[in-house]
Amino acid sequence: MQLITVAGPPSSGKTSVILKLIEAMQIAASDVGVVKFDCLTSFDHLRYEERGIRVETGFSGKLCPDHFFVSNIEAAVEWGQSAGFKYLITESAGLCNRCSPYIHGIMAICVIDNLAGINTPRKIGPMLKMADIVVVTKGDIVSQAEREVFAFNIRQVNTAARVIFVNGINGQGATILASHAAKARNIQTLRDLKLRFTTPAAVCSYCTGEIRIGNEYQMGTMKRMEFKKP
Amino acid sequence: MSDTDTLYMVLTVPVGEIIAKYPVCQNFFTNLRIENIERGLPLHQALEKTDPETLSEFGLDRHAIQREFCDFLNVFVGRSDAAGPEIAGITIIGGHGKAGEPENCRVTINRGETISIVGPTGSGKSRLLADIECLANCDTPTGRQILLDGQNLDDERRIELQGRLVAQLSQNMNFVIDLTVDDFLRMHAGSRHSINIDETVERCFVCANSLAGEAFSLDTRLTQLSGGQSRALMIADTAFMSTSPIVLIDEIENAGIDRRQAIELLASRDKIVFISTHDPLLALGADRRLIIKNGGISGIITTSEEEKSCLTEIERLDARLFQIRKKLRNGEIISRNALG
Ligand SMILES: Nc1nc2c(ncn2[C@@H]2O[C@H](COP(=O)(O)OP(=O)(O)OP(=O)(O)O)[C@@H](O)[C@H]2O)c(=O)[nH]1
Ligand SMILES: Nc1ncnc2c1ncn2[C@@H]1O[C@H](COP(=O)(O)OP(=O)(O)OP(=O)(O)O)[C@@H](O)[C@H]1O
Ligand SMILES: [Mg+2]
Ligand SMILES: [Mg+2]
Ligand SMILES: [Zn+2]
Ligand SMILES: [Zn+2]
Repeated sequence: MQLITVAGPPSSGKTSVILKLIEAMQIAASDVGVVKFDCLTSFDHLRYEERGIRVETGFSGKLCPDHFFVSNIEAAVEWGQSAGFKYLITESAGLCNRCSPYIHGIMAICVIDNLAGINTPRKIGPMLKMADIVVVTKGDIVSQAEREVFAFNIRQVNTAARVIFVNGINGQGATILASHAAKARNIQTLRDLKLRFTTPAAVCSYCTGEIRIGNEYQMGTMKRMEFKKP
Repeated sequence: MSDTDTLYMVLTVPVGEIIAKYPVCQNFFTNLRIENIERGLPLHQALEKTDPETLSEFGLDRHAIQREFCDFLNVFVGRSDAAGPEIAGITIIGGHGKAGEPENCRVTINRGETISIVGPTGSGKSRLLADIECLANCDTPTGRQILLDGQNLDDERRIELQGRLVAQLSQNMNFVIDLTVDDFLRMHAGSRHSINIDETVERCFVCANSLAGEAFSLDTRLTQLSGGQSRALMIADTAFMSTSPIVLIDEIENAGIDRRQAIELLASRDKIVFISTHDPLLALGADRRLIIKNGGISGIITTSEEEKSCLTEIERLDARLFQIRKKLRNGEIISRNALG
């Protein structure tokens, strides 16, 4: 089974791109499965199911969605294996700009959209920086000039990645993405593979359920801002 | 610059000197929140004075940063193809129309030529532009094939060209960034280290203003430009700053700009321009026009001398219509006289 991980900011077009990608790869709906990792709610499963694509959704709830991803990806692969898929695609809403759900040796696609703001590529962090392929969507509604500056800003942060422009609505560009996706690594298991980027080391009292504000309630790893004297 | 030259420079030249020579490098440090890095020292020594905590938040140590800085320089400074891909001509080989009937056509368009695409609504004009954009290889609904310089392209080359070959402009495209015209043009010019920023921004601005019906200033915010002004700026920007040799335009007629001049501007920059249009001025302003029927190219007409001579008359009609529109906008009454 070939595994592809897709991540990107909320509403950047991940589901749209994955659906167009599957279409362009010309594989039967029964040969591909999707696992959606989200935080609290998601309606993506409806869109996958509508195309006859099997999908499982997991909610990270109180956890960082990327931490949640790591702790569940192995089981996701086992699910895909036993279902007999040729391709397994994971979709994660990258809410935490500090983390990235990418694994060494596994194809990592970051989806980011032209509307996100021209400097966004410079702010997203490892999710963009560590990706093999950066897919840029919503080019149909912004100016050519903005598209060019946006792509330039992406390359500044990730000099190695392929930048591919895909229109999530009409699928323009998806064939090129598909020819890359076909090269995704074949895997039996993920055991002992490593994340590309360490998830934050910090565990503070708020991580473990503290809700009161004040110094005396703060334990573990804390980081303090420095404010200039007025 | 070779990879070893880059490494040598990074190891020996103070950071400040590198930034002065290649201003784009400032971004590298800003992105890592070390914009205040000690400029008098070469990178590895300068990094010794920065807070390792900040670096580790990015998952990097000094060595990794040095390596990444070299990669950055190789991509943004060492690259010789900043001028964009060069092509002499593009060939469209027909596929089939909507009903599957063969599209018997093979047409080559050369650098500096403008082609208009005409046909009824829904006939497939935008589809043809899309085929060109993705360098169709019998893999789109039309079965068309696009060649560059007479050559069929392999997948690798198509991928490499994607996003660099074609600049697109359509009615749906807007500026979404909230910057002044000046700041934005500078930002775009800054992403191309090979051009003179001040000069290019100035030319672009002057040109955009001559295309737009109503003047705007360098301090105007992009988001406050009218539809026509935005379109004019997009065209001037594409002409002066985009490195793409092909420009695809999908219906800009309602924009209220000097359309003929706009097309001439793009063609004069040695670009190949395709314009899908319902506008007689644009249709006849092109060197040739492709006629689309039921999804296929049904004819190619070279604009004749006679047609060209009609352009002036059509422009006059167009100007008269424009006057009437303007009067209505200003709340005036239309008289028989105005129709002339
Ligand atoms: N104009 C335009 N709209 C797009 C494009 N790609 C996606 N969209 C729209 O953007 C919206 C969000 O797309 P989704 O595919 O749901 O985004 P997502 O990243 O999967 O969103 P979440 O999973 O909820 O984080 C939808 O309304 C899409 O139709 C594009 O290329 N152009
Ligand atoms: N040869 C073809 N085979 C199959 N489908 C086609 C073909 N040509 C065009 N189409 C489809 O026909 C539809 C209408 O085409 P398109 O949007 O290009 O029309 P248009 O000429 O641009 O219309 P308008 O003037 O309204 O913009 C599209 O869905 C397009 O994909
Ligand atoms: Mg989604
Ligand atoms: Mg159209
Ligand atoms: Zn996180
Ligand atoms: Zn915490």
